[in-house]
Amino acid sequence: MADKTLYQKKIRLGDGLLKGSIYAAAALTFTVLLGLMGYLLVRGLPHISWGFLSHTYSETDPQQNGILPMLLNTLYVVGITVLIAGPVGIASAVYLTQYAKQGRFVAIVRFAAEVLSGIPSILFGLFGYTVFCQLLRLGTSLLAGCLTMALCVLPTLIRTTEEALLSVPRLYTQGAMALGAGKLRVILGILLPNAMPGILTALVLTMGRIVGESAALLFTAGMSYGMPRGVFSHAMESGRTLTLHLYQTAREAATPDAMNVAFGTAAVLLILIFLLNRIAWLLGKVLKKGES
Amino acid sequence: MLHKQEAGRQETVKIGMQGVHVYYGAYHALKGVEVAVPEKQVMAWIGPSGCGKSTCLKTINRMNDLVAGTRVTGTVTLDGEDVYDPRTDVTVLRRRAGMVFQKANPFPMSVYENVAYGPKIHGVRRRSQLDGVVEQSLRAAALWEEVKGRLKKPALGLSGGQQQRLCIARALAVQPEVLLMDEPTSALDPVSTLKIEELMHTLRKQYTVILVTHNLQQALRVADQTVFFLSGEVVESGSTKRLFESPRDDRTKRYLSGRFG
Repeated sequence: MADKTLYQKKIRLGDGLLKGSIYAAAALTFTVLLGLMGYLLVRGLPHISWGFLSHTYSETDPQQNGILPMLLNTLYVVGITVLIAGPVGIASAVYLTQYAKQGRFVAIVRFAAEVLSGIPSILFGLFGYTVFCQLLRLGTSLLAGCLTMALCVLPTLIRTTEEALLSVPRLYTQGAMALGAGKLRVILGILLPNAMPGILTALVLTMGRIVGESAALLFTAGMSYGMPRGVFSHAMESGRTLTLHLYQTAREAATPDAMNVAFGTAAVLLILIFLLNRIAWLLGKVLKKGES
Repeated sequence: MLHKQEAGRQETVKIGMQGVHVYYGAYHALKGVEVAVPEKQVMAWIGPSGCGKSTCLKTINRMNDLVAGTRVTGTVTLDGEDVYDPRTDVTVLRRRAGMVFQKANPFPMSVYENVAYGPKIHGVRRRSQLDGVVEQSLRAAALWEEVKGRLKKPALGLSGGQQQRLCIARALAVQPEVLLMDEPTSALDPVSTLKIEELMHTLRKQYTVILVTHNLQQALRVADQTVFFLSGEVVESGSTKRLFESPRDDRTKRYLSGRFG
């Protein structure tokens, strides 16, 4: 209290320690994360070549070590799953936010969605296996895998779409209602277009989630590395995605080159996820800009 | 005074409210409101915050329907027809009784699309016809000269006052008979406010206007009739001049002299 001058800076030990530990924690995190990515890329990138991306694979012939079938299977699963889960998820979110009477039922559905988005995906795999593969007799097939994946991503998709719908200012919907617009017209003409940036971002992030999923597909989509022969017939065939390929090659090490294939696949996965996240970010930015 | 009460002007009741009660859940927001809104005049509804004037306004175009847990009893009529009759088509009701909100709420679309939105809902499809309606409505809202060169530009790029006049144009585009204005200038600067007040003078030639306002001077400047609301009830109503100069109820007198509210 007796400070007579401003110019005597005190060194406060507590502040310094706290600041130091915050910096240290951040540095540790970044080092580990960047180190991990760097390691995967350093070990994987050298094996990515046009041949790696465009050739087939065989567990018995070391000459065939490409990942084309797995790449195609991954894109296939992403496409079909989004085609199934997208419309169902958006419609459910519209129902929950616009039509359902806000009460116990909606609360239970929301709670269930929250729980489901948190449970390990292998449980979805087990469920998909017993229901789609066995009960519905789809066998181990990409269709069974896509249906399982759809269940897996629906809870999160519904919740993020709900958030996008709820973030549309009530003023817009009120304005339309006051002009005499009916509910459906307001939903189609005002609500969904304005929620679109959020919904599209949610869809792209969902794609990333599908690309990265392995456990739910392990039992359902199977492990076949055969080259797809047709778009529709392929749905009923077994097929492994990139993540399962990574799992299988690293685990079995069937060929001398197996670890290289695994790391190459890992690098491809990393790049795919990075691109999808980038697209989600760009979409959000571009669409938001279009509004104002 | 900007206008005089025309002597012997024929007064038809456009909107009638008899014994209107509104409940939000357990909250009793309106307690037996009786109002007769004369045709082609501006009627101001004044009163302190929470007195029920906005709630009352929303019973007319049934925007209260959108609030879960709202219950309305009593009769609200438009040209003698019960607004709450089960046969009432809310789309038609809301076309005939347009609304302008406290906060300007143009859609995030172009200026043109904003005005054309209403007519499109009600089935106008021909481009030439829409063009005509858009120009006419923007002229009626005294906005045409300012925006005619930027009809394709986003409405959210307009100034606050322009946005509010755009919302008026949007409401006029569906050819309403009544305009419900819920504190339309409370978020605007004085110059924009003045423009909208001037607009109300022209609008009253063709439309029945109800203006909910916090601004007593505004009521005095633009309204033919004034109703004073307090705690969900109508305390007093009459010609603006009479109500402001010689209020009959003591509560009106105290409110007008700024003693509360």
